[in-house]
Amino acid sequence: MNYDEIDAKIIQMLQGDLPLTSRPFAQLAQSLELSDFEILDRIRLLQDKGIIRRWGAVLRHQQAGYRFNAMVAWQVDADKADKCGEIMAGVKEISHCYLREVPADFNYVLFTMIHARDEQELAAIIAKVSDLTGLQDYAVLKSTREFKKVSMQYF
Amino acid sequence: MKNMLDKTDQVMLNILQNSLPLSVQPYKDIAQELGIEEDEVLKRIARLKSEGLIRRIGGIMNSSKLGFSSTLCAMSVPEDRIEATAELINQMTGVTHNYLREHHYNVWFTLTVRSQAEVKKQLKELEEVSGLKVISMPASKVYKINVSFDMEKQNEL
Repeated sequence: MNYDEIDAKIIQMLQGDLPLTSRPFAQLAQSLELSDFEILDRIRLLQDKGIIRRWGAVLRHQQAGYRFNAMVAWQVDADKADKCGEIMAGVKEISHCYLREVPADFNYVLFTMIHARDEQELAAIIAKVSDLTGLQDYAVLKSTREFKKVSMQYF
Repeated sequence: MKNMLDKTDQVMLNILQNSLPLSVQPYKDIAQELGIEEDEVLKRIARLKSEGLIRRIGGIMNSSKLGFSSTLCAMSVPEDRIEATAELINQMTGVTHNYLREHHYNVWFTLTVRSQAEVKKQLKELEEVSGLKVISMPASKVYKINVSFDMEKQNEL
């Protein structure tokens, strides 16, 4: 694997919440008998390797004003998937866009997470994406209840 | 917006999301950039956390580069079994998101575990216990993963 046990300890801290102190890496550094600098170097290396995808604050989008969110899945022919996926990636209201392997009875392969402030805005964004991509067949999978939402704990 | 954010909050939130310094004293660096004291940065962050706007400050990992397998799953659950099924799913290791959605497939969850074999094992168990079919839709390509919000342009979207 591309990381060692010390990296795993660092990831364990970074998957949670960084201490809100002047030297947030100090405690971890001390427990691993490393310097703050060594911890920071390892974090940079984990970023370079792409193991840490993003670094910084994670906001709750509901609190950020985006209360109307929907997973919208689109039907697309295999030869057009990449082109449409790239177009969707350029839409700022879309936070996530994936191509997925789906069973035959669920024929929508391009998955997007769309964030809007109200129902009207959501409809407008979907219409815009449909225009941009030419895709007409899609399923709007609005969430009506949240049973669970947590950050992944790897280690 | 539940609470008003002043200009300093907005700029600070964008820095925290997009360019948090990887330094020994990152909050001090941010304070300098904002022209305020480090203490005030710490206080503002503490407030925004207690108000619920900031979920956490840290890293988002690429699960596949850590050797993990993840998939999006859906089930078609009868109305009277939704609660029990959701509870069953919530208790599974590696389930991070679980939602009720308006569709024939009404329960949707994400599963991230150590291997492909573990995915299969857990989903098979869920099918056995619930007596319901689970469809698994792993991503074959990622076009975008971006979970930052521009807090200075709230009204321009």
